[in-house]
Amino acid sequence: MSKLGLIIKREYLAKVRNKSFVVMTFLSPILMVGMIALIAYLAKINDNETRVIGVLNQSDYFSTDFHGTDNTSYVKFRDIDLEVAKDSILQMGLYGLLYIPNEPDLERVAEKAVFYTKDAPGTSVVASLESVFEDRLRMERLQHLGVSASDYNKLDLPFDINTSTFSGEQNLKGINEIKAFIGGGFGYLIMMFIIIYGGFVMRSVIEEKTSRIVEVIISSVKPFQLMLGKIIGTSLAGITQFVIWIISASLLLGVLVLIFGIDPSALNANTENTPGLIGGATSIAYPDTTMQLYANELFKIPWAMLITFFMIYFVLGYLIYSSIYAAIGAAVDNEADTQQFIFPIILPLMLAIYVGFFSVFSNPHGPIAVGFSLFPLTSPIVMLMRLPGGIGEGGVPVWELLVSIALLIITFIGIVWLAAKIYRVGILMYGKKPSYKDMFKWLKY
Amino acid sequence: MNNILVANEVTKRYGNHIALNKISLEIPENSIYGLLGPNGAGKTTLIRIINQIAYPDEGSIIFNGEPLEAKHIAMIGYLPEERGLYKSMKVGEQALYLAQLKGMSKSEAKIKLKYWFERLEIGDWWNRKIQELSKGMAQKIQFIVTVLHEPKLLIFDEPFSGFDPINANLIKDEILRLKENGTSIIFSTHRMESVEELCEYIALIHKSEKLLDGKLSDIKNTYKNNIFQVGLGLQSKNGILEDLKERFQILSSEYVQDGQQLNFTVQLPSSDTGALLTHLSEKANVNHFTETIPSANDIFIKTVQKKQLV
Repeated sequence: MSKLGLIIKREYLAKVRNKSFVVMTFLSPILMVGMIALIAYLAKINDNETRVIGVLNQSDYFSTDFHGTDNTSYVKFRDIDLEVAKDSILQMGLYGLLYIPNEPDLERVAEKAVFYTKDAPGTSVVASLESVFEDRLRMERLQHLGVSASDYNKLDLPFDINTSTFSGEQNLKGINEIKAFIGGGFGYLIMMFIIIYGGFVMRSVIEEKTSRIVEVIISSVKPFQLMLGKIIGTSLAGITQFVIWIISASLLLGVLVLIFGIDPSALNANTENTPGLIGGATSIAYPDTTMQLYANELFKIPWAMLITFFMIYFVLGYLIYSSIYAAIGAAVDNEADTQQFIFPIILPLMLAIYVGFFSVFSNPHGPIAVGFSLFPLTSPIVMLMRLPGGIGEGGVPVWELLVSIALLIITFIGIVWLAAKIYRVGILMYGKKPSYKDMFKWLKY
Repeated sequence: MNNILVANEVTKRYGNHIALNKISLEIPENSIYGLLGPNGAGKTTLIRIINQIAYPDEGSIIFNGEPLEAKHIAMIGYLPEERGLYKSMKVGEQALYLAQLKGMSKSEAKIKLKYWFERLEIGDWWNRKIQELSKGMAQKIQFIVTVLHEPKLLIFDEPFSGFDPINANLIKDEILRLKENGTSIIFSTHRMESVEELCEYIALIHKSEKLLDGKLSDIKNTYKNNIFQVGLGLQSKNGILEDLKERFQILSSEYVQDGQQLNFTVQLPSSDTGALLTHLSEKANVNHFTETIPSANDIFIKTVQKKQLV
């Protein structure tokens, strides 16, 4: 086995056999599922709280408009004074009191109505009360205008404009967002991987420095081989982790399907269909065709191409960043000294994610999106967000893709070369915390 | 005799700092060579250049008759001053890994490791992690991985620092045995007295420059200054000291054992001791007569002083 192979193997085994790696690999999916379950549970508890609202209605209106729901019920007060009603609400520990005074007409009644609560009321409660008033007022005004309720319902129809490209293909609204979201998922994955595994590379370099084995090793292999072997070995460990997660996630999904007998595709179809029903009788056929179009569009996303480019951008991006991490690890003596150097690395990654989400969402071919998908430190993330739109016509122009990859490769060579120089000097420097100025000097050694 | 290593005017700069200034050395095959000098003199830089960890800006290194290149790494064993092992890796696995990095095959490394583990009586440590071992135990492993691939040239940087006395002796004996088997050895240290007795050749390095080098016995002969220490057995203090002071340059003197013995140091004009010995033998019994040989440390200080005067 070549020396590089030996180093990769050692780094891989050292990482994979590490207890924290094993624990993290098997625990984090469980933690993830647990978190989601906990959040869902807590949200449910939050919603389950039932509120009782007292209604003191002195007017001639609203006698039948307040209907209790799952978590809100109304208690009607009759023939008592407002002050007495307030007191009794407090004593009974109810959520609040809606006071509707007696006024000559509905408009005035609505205007004078007050909702009393001990603390500031929840927005959903206020909204539901307001909608009762709004509905009632609308009906009243419609009657004044002489419009019947059924006529009014006919007015309320949704309209979606058809969009099309010049070549005649139908465009689907929101599909860009969906595509960017898929790309964003890939981009986010790259960012997380770089930060987590770059950190592993850095800690591994620091460990070799503090245990003082590094000089023993580089008397046998070139520092560059050691650095490269470390980066590759660590990333293979990361890929192992991802593969385990993907397999365990699919197994988990399979188990869920078996236990609950849920058909995932049916589930999907159902949830996607419900919004369509709001459209009413006129558009019964509408959701099916749209869904079909969306599904077609999703199938049309060139997954094979996307995964290929994910791998390319992932490998290049990871190599660039992790060699910077390795250089930092070599320059310092302990992890506490790394903070000032790490922030400038994470900055472009965060920038890529945020810029990606904001600019690629609204316009995948805008100047910002294009610029950041060419700039090598952000392109692995931003370009992947643009790529689900396809390559060539309507998607990312081929030249942009080529330029971004070329820039990435040039940067990769440059950065690895610089990082290797800092690494080579840094690993043999003990006992001092270097400044950027020192590191710059090392480049010339 | 062949030289295992020759350095020709090796210069190394770090920025504006000159770490080595035109250093030339010849290290004879199958010798023990001491690279001596204070901390920061440039010894470690030179060693790193020999190990191809650093590269000279000017000058060249000839190893075993060929210009130094990557393949020679397998023929050199290096114990750095800053040394250690992976703490959470098992002893055997780690030793195999380091041996394979030096170019040994796994099976060959296993056989040799077994031999060394038995030799240093640490056979049952194979599956233990370094962090479970004491410092002294780890030092034995460190030594084994340095010599395992049977290098032609062994380089020890500050070899005995950090070793406890028992291990230091053990290691010293092993090094001497390796030397007998034909290995060439370089010791680099600022503690000159610790290796003086072992070295046949030395080079003194100071402030990036070589002060002097050569065979230790030759150097000492050059630097000895005809000072002798003499002990005389006396019947009585019959004015012998006064007599000697008139004839020779006595540097110091004292009576010991209730005046039964006179010890004195004398400076002779040349290395010819005949006149003094003839004179003494007529007057008293000569109990001991030794020439003062300067230590490497003395020579070093003297050379530095001489250089500063120039």
